[in-house]
Amino acid sequence: MAIRTQVVVCGGTGCMSSHSKEIKEKFEECIKELGLENEVVVFNSGCFGLCERGPVVVVYPDDTFYAHVKVSDVETICKEHILKGRVVEKLVYSEMTAEEKAKIKVFREMNFYARQERIALRNCGIINPMDIDEYIGRSGYEALGKVLTSMTPQEVIDEILKSGLRGRGGAGFPTGRKWSLVDHSDNGPRYVICNADEGDPGAFMDRAVLEGDPHVVIEAMAIAGYAIGANQGYVYVRAEYPLAVERLNHAIKQAYEYGLLGDDIFGTGFSFNLEARLGAGAFVCGEETALMASIEGERGMPRNKPPFPAVKGLWQRPTIINNVETLANVPQIILRGAEWFNTIGTEKSKGTKVFALGGKINNTGLLEVPMGTTLREVIYDIGGGIPKGKQFKAVQTGGPSGGCLTAAHLDTPIDYDNLAALGSIMGSGGMIVMDEDNCMVDVAKFFLEFTVDESCGKCTPCREGTRRMLEILNKIVDGKGEMKDLTELKDLAEFIKGSSLCGLGQTAPNPVLSTLNNFYDEYVAHVVDKKCPAGVCKNLIKYYVTDKCIGCGKCKRNCPASAITGELKAKHEINTSICIKCGACKTNCPVGAIITK
Amino acid sequence: MKSLEDLKKIREQAAKKMSIRDEKNGYRVVVGMATCGITAGARPVLNRIVELVAEKDLNNVTVTQVGCIGECALEPIVEVYDPQGNRSTYCLVDPKKAEKIVEQHVIGGKVVEEYLIEKFKK
Repeated sequence: MAIRTQVVVCGGTGCMSSHSKEIKEKFEECIKELGLENEVVVFNSGCFGLCERGPVVVVYPDDTFYAHVKVSDVETICKEHILKGRVVEKLVYSEMTAEEKAKIKVFREMNFYARQERIALRNCGIINPMDIDEYIGRSGYEALGKVLTSMTPQEVIDEILKSGLRGRGGAGFPTGRKWSLVDHSDNGPRYVICNADEGDPGAFMDRAVLEGDPHVVIEAMAIAGYAIGANQGYVYVRAEYPLAVERLNHAIKQAYEYGLLGDDIFGTGFSFNLEARLGAGAFVCGEETALMASIEGERGMPRNKPPFPAVKGLWQRPTIINNVETLANVPQIILRGAEWFNTIGTEKSKGTKVFALGGKINNTGLLEVPMGTTLREVIYDIGGGIPKGKQFKAVQTGGPSGGCLTAAHLDTPIDYDNLAALGSIMGSGGMIVMDEDNCMVDVAKFFLEFTVDESCGKCTPCREGTRRMLEILNKIVDGKGEMKDLTELKDLAEFIKGSSLCGLGQTAPNPVLSTLNNFYDEYVAHVVDKKCPAGVCKNLIKYYVTDKCIGCGKCKRNCPASAITGELKAKHEINTSICIKCGACKTNCPVGAIITK
Repeated sequence: MKSLEDLKKIREQAAKKMSIRDEKNGYRVVVGMATCGITAGARPVLNRIVELVAEKDLNNVTVTQVGCIGECALEPIVEVYDPQGNRSTYCLVDPKKAEKIVEQHVIGGKVVEEYLIEKFKK
């Protein structure tokens, strides 16, 4: 009997943590009970991208997109939709805008998906990542077959060079050029490394690719191996990504079984071996020289460049290191050609970019858009705008190495050069949206705290300098700042940028510098007026009850410091000398009567 | 696997299994599968159509089920929408008639006049 319906349950980390594995099992159980097991199949895919609405279930061939599915909903979907063909409307995804809310849209027509262009994520959420046949069914391993049987290594490098593909890990170095720099002066071993040490807070692009389409990384690494004459590859992935590691290892095993890794691939005599190496989650190990030290079993610390890894890399041998997303573009470029890739994106940034959208945004999740798409399109059209009707304030791109962009930059087309010109970076693709309730000094402090923790300690500017910067920021948020601190902060930042050993230190001051540039007034408010305009920095604010108070007593009951007094149905008061500023009253107030000043 | 031929074979098989997930713009065949339809024998009809579509590699055809179409006495009902959206409603369909609908209408593009609802209702 032929299969008439396929049920895809999102199996990305986000949905898995809200029970999508149990949902899949419940589907299997219900389908069996209804006697449909020969007509309907269920499986877990990789990330669908719309994490905000997870767990996500898509039913084919109707292309119905169910959002926020619970285990208890599964029986209804089976009995109504799968058995009788009645779509369960209350569970179907609805758009954010009022005029579109009632419309039932199929998966591909949803605003979130219709505006995307997927190359790196083309299989994520579509295929079963645990089944190599499904990857092959979407023309997987054909690019590897093509290069091995009909292209010379130089032709492969030329094609990537012509495509204009640039590194998606952050710096944007042209991938083809990286491959062409590999030293061929002797016949000793060379290596290909995939950098899957994704460490920016709020970034999960690489994890999604490894979880949703692990074979694309394997295929691309074998292609890279052929191009530079390497027979060994390593995927350096963090141990905090257990699902990605599991699916990658499973995929590597399947590729060996099919003869797509190992000796004499496609009978061409080319051999390529691959293994996953786990990192312990140090941010600095995303820096390529520190990463190689970690693979060698040394402490993960960077070293001076040159010599570049292409000349002296892993075990002192020529090595190329590419990021997961960069590699995920390679097979498509080989199959569809550099000219095709050139038609997408801007003049100097070709192709697409995957972004992990987070923070104060309606559609938290993963998306892929052509380079040159504006921030506004990403945040409002795809991301669905800011929740609760709040005002957009800033967007942070590039994580701890990047900077904040403001409302004035919303119409900037996103590419490497535009973002750099604005004092931020493309980075690996983390995009954190902030609204009027975010304090920019606090945001800068958050990222700096991260880099202070993650500095490896090898060079002084980064180890000591970032810590001194943090001390100044702490002084400012405590209300003890002076105007000369702001000058000092800037001088220190410039000095650290110019003198640190590796990318971590060279970019660590960026969040502070960009907020100083774009939100100087907010720093001044902290220093001169001793006020935090967004009402975030604890030592600069006080909680007050306004006349809106209805005297329900909820704030009083929830106050851990017993700082609130007041009779039922009468206006309550906060004793600011006992108040510990935990915000419990504000969170619990049903009428928004509590404010910070 | 030792050759591109082997890879192609796996690809074809897998693509066939996955084609249900592809975007389609060809014929759409809808089978009424509410309680009335199921009781009248819509399930074997649906299964026969799905099998035929798979056998004949009709990758651009969507086969799906729908709730009550509203003519319970004439179930099983199969509706065929052509790519332009024109609807033909077939009544009292059994697996044999379903085969003819697929062969003549979905593949051949010619409406099967004798099963149309107009023949049953005056």
